[in-house]
Amino acid sequence: MSELGYFEKGKEVSVREAFGRILVHEAGARNDWVLLDADVAGGTGAKPLVGAHPDRVMQFGIAEQNMMAAAAGVADTGLIPVVSTFAAFGCMRAHEQFRTAIAYAGRNVKLCCSHNGLDVGPDGATAQMLEDFATMRAIPDVTVISPADANEFMHAFRAILDHKGPVYMRIGRSPTPVVYGADHDFKIGKAHRLREGTDVTVVATGVMVARALEAAKTLEGEGVSVRVVNLATIKPIDVDEMVAAATETGGVVTAEDHNIMAGMGSAVAECLAEHAPARMKFVGVKDRFGKSGEHNELPAMFEIDAAAIVKACRALVK
Amino acid sequence: MTIRNDLNEKAREIRRVSLEAIHAARSGHPGGSLSIADMLAVLYFDTMNVDPSAPDGLDRDRFVLSKGHACPALYAALALRGYFPVEEAKTLRRIDSIMEGHPDYRIPGVDAPSGSLGMGLSQALGMALGAKHLGKSFRTHVIVGDGDLQEGNTWEAIMCAGFKGMDNLVVIYDGNKLQGDAPVETQLSLGDVAAKVSNFGWHTIAIDGHDTSAIKAALDEGKTVKGKPTFIVADTVKGKGVSFMEGVLYWHGSVTMKDQELADALKELESA
Repeated sequence: MSELGYFEKGKEVSVREAFGRILVHEAGARNDWVLLDADVAGGTGAKPLVGAHPDRVMQFGIAEQNMMAAAAGVADTGLIPVVSTFAAFGCMRAHEQFRTAIAYAGRNVKLCCSHNGLDVGPDGATAQMLEDFATMRAIPDVTVISPADANEFMHAFRAILDHKGPVYMRIGRSPTPVVYGADHDFKIGKAHRLREGTDVTVVATGVMVARALEAAKTLEGEGVSVRVVNLATIKPIDVDEMVAAATETGGVVTAEDHNIMAGMGSAVAECLAEHAPARMKFVGVKDRFGKSGEHNELPAMFEIDAAAIVKACRALVK
Repeated sequence: MTIRNDLNEKAREIRRVSLEAIHAARSGHPGGSLSIADMLAVLYFDTMNVDPSAPDGLDRDRFVLSKGHACPALYAALALRGYFPVEEAKTLRRIDSIMEGHPDYRIPGVDAPSGSLGMGLSQALGMALGAKHLGKSFRTHVIVGDGDLQEGNTWEAIMCAGFKGMDNLVVIYDGNKLQGDAPVETQLSLGDVAAKVSNFGWHTIAIDGHDTSAIKAALDEGKTVKGKPTFIVADTVKGKGVSFMEGVLYWHGSVTMKDQELADALKELESA
């Protein structure tokens, strides 16, 4: 078995490239899982597996409801189904199949979806799933993960294969700065503090983590000390780390490429409202649909770029 | 006049326990439970290779009740087969029981959750695909109802299973002709189901769904078919076995069964 190659820190790599890489690697490492695809392996990044290990792929054509409920049956045989499609289809079209056939039965299915958030870019609003955290975290017993970069995705993929129970995990589409290295100690349910700070905390997830680090650097120049926490596991949420942010710094800014309603920021707010009420600001898509545009043009238009995080932090430290 | 053989006796018992459970629960779906009793008798007491002492055994044959509202009959069959006491099947729908109003995967012997129509065949397809992938010989059986065939999800599964030639997968279609609010023919006619399914590459067999010998013969035939899944079109009567329920929409459910109604029904079952 070949050594798993991690991506170079600081480079821009799309997470879906990591998806293809880790699939091929894990196919060589273990034979207890199969990939279920609905004719979008080219889009999700799974294509290299189709070429290298076609025997590990169950193809369903463009029929996601069937694929999702079938995954429940595949899990019943002892195999681990890794279901992969675009988030709008996996987390919304086949949502009830996931809820009833998979989650309610506690079946060991891993749903990995690309095409979420404005990160989708030119395909536009219909493909830009801005509601997946909302739909998936509302289902009991489901673990929801949104890795920050290509390397964290690969660490997380290994972790979810070893985790028993239903999981939803995002796969990013567009090039994203690599924040983590090969040595990253990813743990499901554990938030990761990337930068210490005392004035304000940015809790970020997915593509927003790199933007939060950029914002923190900008604010450092203004004398503002910003803590940055990567909340890769949105559910179950790391209560201790959220409480630490609320009590040790002056406020919490959440940053997500998702609708601000019912997303990661809401999850943090639910947690803090009960355990440590804090002053908060929410950076995310403000309850509107996305639109076509390049992945690096849309964040400014929708105010989910580093500048938007800077602005939110300033409002809290004032 | 039904011939008194062992499978017919089992079907009679399934009907009795189903009705007692629905009566005790003061709600549930008798019509569709009675229409599948004969199929369940053949599946659990003849066809399927299962072991009630190891309900999760990975090599067992599997059964998915896609029309989950008929679970009183499934729970009755499982109890009579020895998965749990018959008295437990009669705790249907109670807050202190695991006998959920629609099938729950945690119940010993229940191979799939259902209750939302249209998801059962896909789950069974997944089991069949898993078997092929792992090189296992177990077979997977599904009962679908009229309502299941109105759900698009079921047709996705029919297309996929036919295309993939899943000869380890068997569907029994309980065509009892009545759905929740009205006859199938006026709500959304299914047309010629056998012709449609056959077009998707399935081996089809048409039978009287209350003739246990015919059900057994069809399931046996399915085992010999190579390269195609089998679809058994079972002509059935909703409420079968209780004259005042037969073909009467009211008894689709969910209904509260009066003491006298249960007594009349049981008397009729006993004398048949």
